[in-house]
Amino acid sequence: MLGLGIGVVLLAFLGLLVLVVGWAILTYNALVTLRNQLQNAWAQIDVQLKRRYDLIPNLVEMVKDYMQYEQEVLTQVTQARANAVSAQGPAEQGRAENVLTGALRQLFAVVENYPELKANENVMKLQEELTGTENRIAFARQFYNDMVMRFNTRLQTFPTNLIAGMLGFTPREFFATDDDAEREPVKVDLR
Amino acid sequence: MQTRGLYGEIAANRRRSLLLVVALVLLLGAFGAALGTLYGEPSAGLVVAIVVAVVLLLTTWYGGASMTLAASTARPADPERDQTLVNVVHEMAIASGLPVPAVYVIEDTAPNAFATGRDPAHAAIAVTTGLYQKLDRDELQGVIAHELAHVRNYDIRYTTLVAVTVGAIALLADFALRHIWWGGGPRRSRNRDVGGPLILIAILVAVLAPISARLLQAAVSRGRETLADLGGAEMTRYPEALARALLKIEADPEVLEAANRATAPLYIVNPIKAFEKRAAGLLRTHPPTEERVRLLRGLGSPSSGG
Repeated sequence: MLGLGIGVVLLAFLGLLVLVVGWAILTYNALVTLRNQLQNAWAQIDVQLKRRYDLIPNLVEMVKDYMQYEQEVLTQVTQARANAVSAQGPAEQGRAENVLTGALRQLFAVVENYPELKANENVMKLQEELTGTENRIAFARQFYNDMVMRFNTRLQTFPTNLIAGMLGFTPREFFATDDDAEREPVKVDLR
Repeated sequence: MQTRGLYGEIAANRRRSLLLVVALVLLLGAFGAALGTLYGEPSAGLVVAIVVAVVLLLTTWYGGASMTLAASTARPADPERDQTLVNVVHEMAIASGLPVPAVYVIEDTAPNAFATGRDPAHAAIAVTTGLYQKLDRDELQGVIAHELAHVRNYDIRYTTLVAVTVGAIALLADFALRHIWWGGGPRRSRNRDVGGPLILIAILVAVLAPISARLLQAAVSRGRETLADLGGAEMTRYPEALARALLKIEADPEVLEAANRATAPLYIVNPIKAFEKRAAGLLRTHPPTEERVRLLRGLGSPSSGG
């Protein structure tokens, strides 16, 4: 009789163990998936940044003959781009990116004053490409932050928070910009 | 109207849509079983109803997207000529984390757009040249975001299911009515009590079921449009642009030549203006534009009231 009682308790205990381990495995997999999505989103930002770096020299080449009195703006853009490309680490890169965006914004504003440039189809196409790229960067960052929120929320809510630390997952930081103006994508509407 | 914030609205809408679809499927099942009962075979009736629905579903599943695109005379977008459009689609794909859909252009001065495809990997978005020219970049972004939200929510697959269920109900109703009319009543009935009153009920059900199914279908369509508006706002974080775009599209007097009654519900604003004006509130496939604009403008910051 006693043997039967112990047998049932043992069975119940094993069942509970299986459930807990099963839950832990599912949670681990979910967290890994979220973290990978996060890393993918971060990589996307880099892809778009690189696209911008590649487009800028073309733009500068195309406009410099028309903008002989605006050499300073062009130099700023070229310099800012060089700094951004060579920046090390996310913090320095972030600052350099902000400077580059500011320089591009100035360049676009100046182009407004040159009707010959506005009439040039190639320049306009390139400017649209750059606008598209600026927007892609902004949305890639937005998507990255959305993924961070999703990941962090999952980490910090019950019951996942019980084992998250044990499994080696830590909350991620949001991508933040200090410059308020930088938050808006560079909008160029020439219509 | 009390606003629940962006994410609250999205969750509420999803619940509502699910309930409606369940109601529709139950209606189909009940109708099939009721017809079967009339002939003394309730389970057979249910099975027939389901078989009809499955056959219809399979037919539309694989051919659906290409049929829709062909019917609307769309051509693939050219990255050179349609540079801004292609860029905007890429931007929205990045914002939503979805793969970039195929982009099509419809040569028509009436501004409108639709999305098609059974899942995000097989999706396509079509935009008229009218929309492209009459909206500014932000407004275009809002419209594309709305269409991508449809793709993300699997709306096309969802509305196909609903349309097929409604079609199955209509087919069954038609079959039942003809059989009753010409056949003069159940022949192989094992239950000799089946007679006059049951036939009357059957006729009533056969007439009412398709109508109620269409009402449910319209309700589901409206709910999904609202969900897509909210999803689009979530993507751009700028609902004002979509609100402006909707107003512009609604106000445009041009008629979209490529649309017809079958494809009309897929467009962002119902292109058949005569239908929308005559249709009673419950049959509308889209919520009234003023209501959509009010909802979008009332969102404020998406993170508030979350």
